[in-house]
This record gives sequence, structure tokens and C-alpha cells, in this order.
Amino acid sequence: MAQKQFTVKAETGIHARPATLLVQTASKFDSDVQLEYKGKKVNLKSIMGVMSLGVGKDADIIIHADGSDEQEALTSLEETLHSEGLA
Amino acid sequence: MSSILKGTAASSGIAIAKAYRLVEPDLSFEQTVVDNPGQEIERFQQAMSVSRSELEAIRDRAKVELGEDKAAIFEAHLLVLSDPELVSPIEDKIKQDSVNAEAALKETADMFVMMFEQMDNEYMKERAADIRDVTKRVLAHLLGVKVLNPSMISEEVIVIADDLTPSDTAQLNREFVKGFTTNIGGRTSHSAIMARSMEIPAVVGTKEATVEIQNGDLVIVDGLNGEVHINPTEEIVERYNHESSKFADQKAEWAKLVDEESVSKDGHHVELAANIGTPADLEGVRNNGGEGIGLYRTEFLYMGRNELPTEEEQFESYKAVLEGMSGKPVVVRTLDIGGDKELPYLNLPHEMNPFLGFRAIRLCLEEQDLFKVQLRALLRASVYGNLKIMFPMISNLTEFRNAKAILLEVKEELLQEGIKVSENIEIGIMVEIPSTAVLADQFAKEVDFFSIGTNDLIQYTMAADRMNERVSYLYQPYNPSILRLIKMVIDASHKEGKWTGMCGEMAGDEIAIPILLGLGLDEFSMSATSILPARAQLKNLSKQDMEALAEEVLNLSTNEEVISVVKNTIKM
Repeated sequence: MAQKQFTVKAETGIHARPATLLVQTASKFDSDVQLEYKGKKVNLKSIMGVMSLGVGKDADIIIHADGSDEQEALTSLEETLHSEGLA
Repeated sequence: MSSILKGTAASSGIAIAKAYRLVEPDLSFEQTVVDNPGQEIERFQQAMSVSRSELEAIRDRAKVELGEDKAAIFEAHLLVLSDPELVSPIEDKIKQDSVNAEAALKETADMFVMMFEQMDNEYMKERAADIRDVTKRVLAHLLGVKVLNPSMISEEVIVIADDLTPSDTAQLNREFVKGFTTNIGGRTSHSAIMARSMEIPAVVGTKEATVEIQNGDLVIVDGLNGEVHINPTEEIVERYNHESSKFADQKAEWAKLVDEESVSKDGHHVELAANIGTPADLEGVRNNGGEGIGLYRTEFLYMGRNELPTEEEQFESYKAVLEGMSGKPVVVRTLDIGGDKELPYLNLPHEMNPFLGFRAIRLCLEEQDLFKVQLRALLRASVYGNLKIMFPMISNLTEFRNAKAILLEVKEELLQEGIKVSENIEIGIMVEIPSTAVLADQFAKEVDFFSIGTNDLIQYTMAADRMNERVSYLYQPYNPSILRLIKMVIDASHKEGKWTGMCGEMAGDEIAIPILLGLGLDEFSMSATSILPARAQLKNLSKQDMEALAEEVLNLSTNEEVISVVKNTIKM
């Protein structure tokens, strides 16, 4: 089980294009990947799950990955967060 | 019988044609118990896979017809379609409850639709439509119902729908669809955005278009006034034919002016320039015949990212704009951040009065490292075109002198490094603070030009925060106090053989233009789409007459009096 905390910096939070990219990235891995915000966890491979959290600017989020490629998944998601200016 | 529906004008223009109802096929079904859930799941997966390939085809078509941006919507749809949180509950439900796929799909999707609709966020609410759209497609395939195929339309029509989903719009054949009207939606709904990008008239949110309009009815979509006429009388049709050709003529008339100079009736030339934010805006400037860039807002380079743009990144953007304008003047405004424009990564303290606070040139003079990077990039780019540099928010001469000194210092450094810098860069200032307008005669001796930023000049002169709706009535561009300040600035520049431009909203305003022409404004900078109408208006104005008009309105006492005198004089 790997996990890491981030603070969302993007003005619009996580929605639309950034959400799409995160889900697409997470879906590439076998591990279970979850996004936690305000104590609520959703499947990060689910666009509807991610958008339903309504993650806004300055939100503290935790990404959990559990499985054979959990480390790679986490690294890859972190890259996406940074390259999209999300965190 | 003739009748009218009212809605939101979502895309301008007028369309008259027969109605084509793009109304949902019957997707009703009964919940049943299935004997073989495994087989049912397979049937569900089959429908999903057909839907997926259909959506992929629509996306590819959208890419070609509407562009990469718009096609992104279908990318999101495809993601919904393969969402494990949607797919697995449906399959579980079929397995556990032995219900048919239709029922399992509907129940699960409805739950998500409801969840998104209840969110306190316009954007999220509109995402509910995405889910509905995807669900309908899968449901139709499960039921073996033919999904309506608007791409097969082969005569001129006006499309009537409850809502036009993104996939509907992508399939519309632009050759035949002359306009559309929907029951629901607002100016920011997909249907409205699509209509504007397809440049066809649309009225959305009419509530009962699909109830009131039958296939084959004659329909007029008035995208200028937000009206839909059903089976109009001949008289109304005639009126609209006239309106429609007037609108088309006007657009065609404007288009003819693309390569023309901007000259008044009595031969006085002014420059009509464009305000831009990024090099991507240049295409619009060229298509609308801009004679220059009167305001290049460089803050977009700094926004929407996590750290300052490098000198190289900035250089590339400035060079692209200068080259793109092939020698026409390009006025670049140095970083204007603060106030309503934040840069989170600068970690500036929160202020009580950001508009009166640490922003623009005040920040740049303090954070000189940041300022110098921009100036280096600008000066390096200067050899690729006709660059003019202007400093924002100047309130006193010392600020200008300091900013100019830093610019000259950077230039000297570059020259010593053996980097070429243009010798003819004009250096000017934004006039947006009353103290500067009042002292314009002194400034004019030292600056090369002025550019009046009316939005701020008005808010600072009237002491009315332009973000505060309760005092928005104090935004009075034609108040004689503002006009007198503008006159002071223009006169002061001319006295020293310099020039004055204007880059606020006012420069493209049809009531302001006659006055500004009369006051002797040299350059009008506005959004690209306003340039051609402004050029058309100028052609019909005589500078000499407008001088008399300006003289008259300067001696009136209120904003309203000025509007009424201008309207009477130029017969609007």
C-alpha cells in the first residue's frame, strides 16, 4: 500500500480536463487506486467518482495505490498532477 | 396559427426554415427478471461496445468539423462509458437481482445524474447531461431502437430539440442545419457554445419548443433577440427576410473593410488595433483587419501555472506576436498582476483593497528580478518587429523614470553580451490613474506615447470598485469628468508631438467612438471582432463634425446627457 498527500493549487480544482487525465493515468495500472478527500474515498479510475468529490482549490487530497504496481502508479499520478499544474 | 416562443439568444443571426424535430426515440421499457444473468451481462457489454465505437466515430468527426477542443467532450463521454463505477454496479445488479440490463443501467445512471444535478456548481450540473447522453445511447442499443441520425438531414432545416446533446450537435450537417432551438439550456450550455462555434443562429431555453413545434412547421429563429416564431404570418416572414439580409449584408459589408484603412468621412486616419492575450489571438486580429496590437496583455504568460515563465518562453511568445504582425505596431504591456489578477506562486499577502494596492508597476519596481526577465525577453524579441513597451498603473513620474532606467540598464547588459536590440522602441505608459491624467503635460515630455485604460481610469476617478455590483451604476464612461480627463491626455501628447491610444472597453464602443474621434484619439484598441464595425462607423463620421460634438459634450453635466446628445447627433 502506497500513499501520498497533495494540496491542490489549481484555481479551478480538479474538474474537466485534469480529472480526465488523472483517470486515464490511473486506469493504466493494475493496482487499486483511490482518491481521498475530506475522509471520503473514491475510485480514481472512475471519472464520475472523481468529479463527485468536488475537489476545489487548496484541498488536501491523498492518493492511495494498492497492488503490484502501486509505486509506479503513484509516481505517474504525481507527474500528471504536476504537469497539469494541479498540485 | 402564428405564435412566438421566447428564450435565450445563444448565437446571433436569423434563420428561416422548416422544422426538423430531433426528439428522443421511445426508450421506454419494462423491468423484467432474466433467466440467464450471464447472458444478460454479455448483451449489456455488447451494447456498450457498439456505443463505444459509435462515439469514437462521432468524436473523430467532431475533431475534423469542430476542432480538437470540442471533440474533447466526446473523450469525456468515452471515459464515462468505461467508468468502472458505472459499469460494475450495473453488472452486479444484473447478476444479483437477475434484472434486465435496461433496468440495471437506468437505475444506476439515474443515481449518478441525480447526484450531479444536486451539486451546487453549474459546471457539475451540466455534467449530468453527459451521463444522460451516454446512457441514452446504450439504452437505445439494448432496445434495438434506432438512434436518431441528424447527419442524414438533406434539406435546409431548423432543428427543434429538448436539449441538443454534444453528440447530436456533432452529427448535425452544417450545410443543411440553418439554426436550432431547444427547450432547455442557457448561454453556457453545450448547445449554445456549439452554435456559436458553428456560427449558426440559436435560441435555447424556450421551455416548450418541442411541444409547440411540429415537423414541417415554418420556423424563424431570431438569435439576435432570443425569439422563435412558429408558422409566422407573411408579414413577419417578410420583416425577418429583411432583417436577415440586413444582418448578412452588414457582415459582408464589414468583411469588405478587412484590408481597408480606417479613415473618417473627411479623410482623417486613425489606427484600429486589437487587444490580445496570447499569440493564438493573432489569427482573429488578421481576419478582422487589425492595424496593430494596441494591448498585448502579458499576464496570461504568467497565469495558470506554478512558477514564473522563463526568459526563453517569454521571448518565444513576444517574437511570435511581433513576427505575426509583420512590422505593424505591437504595444506590449509589462506585467500587470495584482488587483483582480492573482499569481498564487508569488505568495503575495492578501490585501484589503487589492485595486489600490501592491500591483502592476508597483510590484515590478520592487521585484526587479522578475521585471528584468520580462524586459530582457522583450528587448531580445524587439528585432523581429515593431515593438512598443508600456508600463501599467503609473501614478507619478518617478515610477516611470525608475521603470525606464531599469529598461535601459537591461538593454545595456544585452548589448554588452553582444545581443541585438532594436533602436526604435517607443516607451509609453498606461493612463489609468487620475493623477497621471491630470499631470499628462509633464508626462508627455518624457514618454513616447500614452494608452488610456478606461476600465481602471473610470473606477479610480469615480471611486467605484468595478467588481462590486452595487456600485456598478457608477461605471460611467461618458461622464464629462472622464471625457475631460481623456481630452487632457490627448491634448498633452499632441502638444509634445506624441500620440495617444486607448485600450479599454470604451475604444470599441459606438457611442464613445464619435467623441474620441472628435477629441483626436490616434489609436483605438479593442477586441478583434469589434474592429470592422468600428471601421464601418468611422467611415461615416466626419472628424470636423465630431470635434464640434466633442466640444459640446465636454460641457454637459451627466453621463446620460452625453449619451442622448451623441445619439441625436449621429442618428443612432
